[in-house]
Amino acid sequence: MEMPQPDARALAARELLLRRLTEALGADGVISAAEELIAYECDALTAYRCPPMAVALPRTTREVAETVRICASLGVPIVPRGAGTSLAGGSLPTADSVILGVARMNRVLEVDYPNRVIRVQTGMTNLAVTGAVQGDGFFYAPDPSSQLACAIAGNIAMNSGGAHCLKYGVTTNNLMGVTMVTAEGEVVEIGGAHLDPAGYDLLGLICGSEGQLGIVTEATLRILATPEGARPVLMGFASSEVAGACVADIIRSGVIPVAIEFMDRPCIHATEAHAKAGYPLDVEALLIVEVEGSDAEIEAQLATIKEIAGRHSPMVMRESTSEAESKAIWLGRKAAFGAMGQLGDYICLDGTVPVGTLPEVLRRTAELSAQYGLEVANVFHAGDGNLHPLIIFNANAPGELEKAEALGADLLRLCVDVGGCLTGEHGVGVEKRDLMLHQYRPADLEQQMAVKDVFDPRWMLNPAKVFPLAISESRRTAA
Amino acid sequence: MTTLTPATEAELCEAIAGSAAARTPLEIAGGGTRRALGRPVQAEAAVSTAAISGIRLYEPGALTLVVAAGTPLAEVEAALAAEGQRLPFEPMDHRALLGSTGEPTIGGAVACGVSGPRRIQAGACRDSMIGVRFVNGRGEAVANGGRVMKNVTGYDLVKLMAGSYGTLGVLTEVAFKVLPRPERALTLVLEGLEDARAAAALSAAVTAPFDVNGAAHLPARNGTPARTLLRVEGLEAQAEYRATSLARVLAPFGEAGRVEGEAHEALWRDIRDAARFKGRDGAVWRLSLRPSDAPGAVARLRTALGADAFYDWAGGLVWLCLPETGDAGASAIRAETARLGGHATLIRASAATRAAVEVFEPEPAPLASISAGLRAKFDPAGILNPGRMRA
Repeated sequence: MEMPQPDARALAARELLLRRLTEALGADGVISAAEELIAYECDALTAYRCPPMAVALPRTTREVAETVRICASLGVPIVPRGAGTSLAGGSLPTADSVILGVARMNRVLEVDYPNRVIRVQTGMTNLAVTGAVQGDGFFYAPDPSSQLACAIAGNIAMNSGGAHCLKYGVTTNNLMGVTMVTAEGEVVEIGGAHLDPAGYDLLGLICGSEGQLGIVTEATLRILATPEGARPVLMGFASSEVAGACVADIIRSGVIPVAIEFMDRPCIHATEAHAKAGYPLDVEALLIVEVEGSDAEIEAQLATIKEIAGRHSPMVMRESTSEAESKAIWLGRKAAFGAMGQLGDYICLDGTVPVGTLPEVLRRTAELSAQYGLEVANVFHAGDGNLHPLIIFNANAPGELEKAEALGADLLRLCVDVGGCLTGEHGVGVEKRDLMLHQYRPADLEQQMAVKDVFDPRWMLNPAKVFPLAISESRRTAA
Repeated sequence: MTTLTPATEAELCEAIAGSAAARTPLEIAGGGTRRALGRPVQAEAAVSTAAISGIRLYEPGALTLVVAAGTPLAEVEAALAAEGQRLPFEPMDHRALLGSTGEPTIGGAVACGVSGPRRIQAGACRDSMIGVRFVNGRGEAVANGGRVMKNVTGYDLVKLMAGSYGTLGVLTEVAFKVLPRPERALTLVLEGLEDARAAAALSAAVTAPFDVNGAAHLPARNGTPARTLLRVEGLEAQAEYRATSLARVLAPFGEAGRVEGEAHEALWRDIRDAARFKGRDGAVWRLSLRPSDAPGAVARLRTALGADAFYDWAGGLVWLCLPETGDAGASAIRAETARLGGHATLIRASAATRAAVEVFEPEPAPLASISAGLRAKFDPAGILNPGRMRA
């Protein structure tokens, strides 16, 4: 992974930087010892590591603003960090940077049930937001797989999704307002407990901007009433094509399931060996379709779904009739990533494809897998076409990481070529930065970079991410 | 004034590049039915996207529609209806309120960020948008997003384009996530509630797990009693269950009547199009507030300005009609939004009034500077709808 040369002026300012950060945040708000910086040298994309100059852990928006002003005055780039669960290297440091972590800002600021909003500091984890309101019958809808650990700050930066976004949308559809510290260290309020913007949709622009337009310290989020119940049905099919066709027919029928999860044969077998969820081993593809509502509503929706699936000659159809059976159906799916970990090291991709191209994409994936001699297991959100192929490899075998990355790049190009995109919910980070020109033309990226010019004229926030280094170079070096 | 009507995106690029070089300010229009939204534009020529028209791709099994910006909304809605689907965001038709004529286009609805009653459950116009193509003020075609509903590749300019009133670029194509039409839809009606009580009923309804996707209140007027309206939809059995359960939740507010069929459709069309103010004189405002703040603000503005009001979006959207004298109520209304948070937009007034008062909520200085910076980057010559949003 190519990263830009560290800025000599920033490196030279280290001592002054540490002194001023310590004055502003206290000794316990700044990490600078080499052995402690190691904890921040990577995120969940562990193949790439680089310790930062320092880590700042402010406790308030005011302290974040002060940190940003100190870094700006010394020409030191900032890498914002939520919980460090990015699979795309979204919070990978550069050697000349300060990590600005919001982990200590994890308080609920306001819960307002009548208006269905909660306001939190963005260091709070995704699951803790739901945890704060579920006792009163509410939940926060976006549910990325990492929700136990990932922070709202990172969810906003990457516009995170989850299994249930077919019905509830992703972060941007559930985010109503933010407090943000600008690249100059100014505090701005955008949106709030009311709907829709007063002018340009700056909130929509900030969500998913990977920490490059500002640092979001507080967020107003939509909370919803918890559904009365939910129940999955598990279905096995003789081929991925048939399962894909079944997904399209379900969606067309007018039922909107809250989740449609897809697993292919390699994934089913690995998962079953690990989790023993009782999945059928003689099928090529498996769907888990979940619907919500009262018992009567669930019955009505499942009846439609089963009728549709019946037309696709399912080899297995197992409808949950109890809480325990529901758990068993989800057990394997939830254990899938862990099970893959038993097979070896893996890279988790995140491309999205038009739902209609699923059979073709799965066939091409199998061909590429054979061509590279690396196993690929597929487990993904089928309703929205967001694929998560897992490329299994051995990190200790020389050259195998590079081979796995090359296969990954080919698979992502395939997603783009059939009309999809490089990343559905993980973000570009450093991981997919150099593939951006496969999806966008230079003029498209130029327009996006022009947005960054407005928010961060000196390109100091989360440097060397999102845009290919070659096309962002003149902007980065102008500062 | 000359009107350019390019038939392709390439022709549009050429027209805009030429205007940028000559610094000719352009008024941008689709079907022209929403031209009176915003401030009057200072233009020397007009560009219409009406000839950039047609459905480019429609995959009902993927809930995906890609459509050229100049396509009439009616054509889009008919194509979707033929497959039992619809646009989730229920865009308002401004013709009756503004007294305009012509055919609303999909590009116009997007450029004005028009969202109807279903906003509270299915999201705004921007939430249904998954991709755009537009021509910026330099005459360059730009693509952002795509045709898949989960896409975080690069910055989200799709949402930025929604509601930017043609001041950042001229839309040529928009991709949407669409939704199925329900098998059944019906409205529960409560009568005679005063505003604060109605607000409590709306809140109780949307905080219950029955997927209420329309929640409006029409205060009493000219002898017609107040009506509080709640819409539920779904599969046959689902809609019935939701209506029955919701009626129980609403029991403390009175016995809810039911409206179905064409009468139900008409109720929500009227809410969507602000039909209460149709054919009446006066300035019309639209306020977006925290729902529980709305009844207090309305009470004060009724007294101060003689405003008539109704509520949508579970009370969070307030429509006001008031005499168009002085600043058309701007300072009193903006005092409320300044105190409570939220924002107010002047939807209907004479051109002179719309030129004199801030039509869109003024932004605090740091945000105003970001907005101005974006405009300067997207349209450096300032030729796209100059003055439409800010003076």
